[in-house]
Amino acid sequence: MLYLILEQALNGLQYGLMLFLLAAGLTLVFGIMDLINLAHGSLYMIGAFLAAAFYQVFESFFPALLLAILSTALIGALLERVLYRRLQRMSHLSQVLATFALILIANETIKIIFGAQPLMIGMPASLSGPIELITDELYYPAYRMLIIGVGLVVALGLYLLVNRTRIGMWMRAGASNPDMAAVMGVRIKPLFTFVFALGAALCALAGALLGPLLAVSVGMGESILIPAFEVIVIGGIGSMRGALVGSLLVGMIDTLGRLLLTFGLKLVVDSSTAATLGPTLASMMVSLLMVGVLFFRPQGLFPARG
Amino acid sequence: MNTRFGPSRSAETPLVAGLPGAWTAIAVALALAIYPLIMSSMDEPFYISIGSRVLILALAASALNLALGYGGMISLGHAAFLGTGGYTVAILAKYDVLASWVAVPAAVLFAALAAFIIGAVSLRTRGVYFIMITLAFAQLFYYLAISLPEFGGDDGLPLSARSTIPGLSIDSDLAFYYFVLFTAGLAFVLLYRLVASRFGRALVAIRENERRMAAIGYPVYRLKLMAFTLSGGLAGLAGALLANLSLGVTPHTLTWHQSGLLMVMVIIGGSGYFWGGITGAAIFLLLEESISTHTEHWNLILGLLLLFIVMVAPNGVMSLRERMRARYGANDRATPKASTEKA
Repeated sequence: MLYLILEQALNGLQYGLMLFLLAAGLTLVFGIMDLINLAHGSLYMIGAFLAAAFYQVFESFFPALLLAILSTALIGALLERVLYRRLQRMSHLSQVLATFALILIANETIKIIFGAQPLMIGMPASLSGPIELITDELYYPAYRMLIIGVGLVVALGLYLLVNRTRIGMWMRAGASNPDMAAVMGVRIKPLFTFVFALGAALCALAGALLGPLLAVSVGMGESILIPAFEVIVIGGIGSMRGALVGSLLVGMIDTLGRLLLTFGLKLVVDSSTAATLGPTLASMMVSLLMVGVLFFRPQGLFPARG
Repeated sequence: MNTRFGPSRSAETPLVAGLPGAWTAIAVALALAIYPLIMSSMDEPFYISIGSRVLILALAASALNLALGYGGMISLGHAAFLGTGGYTVAILAKYDVLASWVAVPAAVLFAALAAFIIGAVSLRTRGVYFIMITLAFAQLFYYLAISLPEFGGDDGLPLSARSTIPGLSIDSDLAFYYFVLFTAGLAFVLLYRLVASRFGRALVAIRENERRMAAIGYPVYRLKLMAFTLSGGLAGLAGALLANLSLGVTPHTLTWHQSGLLMVMVIIGGSGYFWGGITGAAIFLLLEESISTHTEHWNLILGLLLLFIVMVAPNGVMSLRERMRARYGANDRATPKASTEKA
């Protein structure tokens, strides 16, 4: 049981870190550009599909990953220049609707290009086996360890970028007061494009990394969008630290909560009911956590402003 | 009545836009009453059930319009109320309660109750947070629906038979159409009375300037909560009718995609216009029906259309008349476009 919990905790960490890759971009776009982007999940889907397509061409994982990240970042930058820049001046309602429209367009375009069948990305062969974490007791897939490692490195990198570099300083200034930052000489427009491309690149990284684990399919963006939104609301919109803490919290509740709730419910009801009820209650707990945070601490756990 | 509620172009009613004149309403009602007779004489029964669908979604969109257009509350969770209404009818039917005078009011009541609870919490937040929290609540309802095997889980819950009315049968498409027309018609009259009343004006004024209304002494939170609850109840009514139309409910009714589509209908028609939800639902469904027979990529066309509307005509079809009028001279009437400015 203990090892099962440990393994699920690692799964939670892995899911949380992938959520963080999405949430980090989302929270920056939200915080700095004051833009609600429902289509963030679509960039994740596009990244995954591009990775799958490049994988079919090169039949090698890492070049496909790199190309997918670069091309998705390019798409992100292009979208920002053409569309989001205009949307930014419009109401939240218009932003919701326009990005909802983007989801429809992205899903349908992907379906036209790649068909409705899910695609697979092959795992790098060297990482397909398990590694032994505790002798004879706990084995964990090497590939998942890689994801955890990449997630941690990216988190550290983002932390350094935001807190230790000049661009990061501009970003923080933009998040806390974009008008004032612009007046003080921050060139806010190229900054927006950069932030958006960065967010898109992180989406593609998450999408491509998860590709070998999940099927790359149309609509995968929507299923991860809601948790990503919950993360940034829990953490505080615009806050990188909040996004990290929120992601790990949501990842843990979703995976560990699922296990523990199912286990606990088995003591009360029969096991088949518990098996269906447990995961649902875990998903609901994440939503409830967000509602609770919004109710008692509307600015989130780590507010970026003021 | 014209002096008090008359068409919004009169100088005394600068804020409440797009209220229908009595003659327009009567003409529309008559046309809707005759429509299925024409269709059945042309032997096109399919178009009768499409008509029912348009009416039901017009009601749902108008319900959202009350919160979104008149109240300025950007709810991305109205699917929850639609679903609550539908599930109430289906669950009652599962336990052999088919009487419409029990099932339909119960659906409205439960949906309104859900809206009251969700509204009471959500309305303490604003801006993006309100959008997010209504979305999160709707997700809760969705997770709940898919997790309860007793109520169908993923597959949804079929309805063994339509709700019953003593002495009448609404099993045929034609009879059901008139049942929908009657029910929705009552709801539209209620909606009209609401938005034309002092309450409706206060609501619009809150949308325009919440702080000022609070300073004047209006109970802003309570009025918004009331509007949100009524909006949820009416959406629940639409949900009950929808479950009756399609003889069942599925969790898909509760997805945020559905909430988004309702919002799209309101925007196509024009948010904050009385006819906005109705026009929007009609245009949406007719487009969907006619385009998806030609191509399976209807969603692509819808997406492009929606993007075009948001970028070019964010106030919807109903605002076109005013735009025309505005070309001929100063038009200082406040239109619902205020809601397109950032809160």
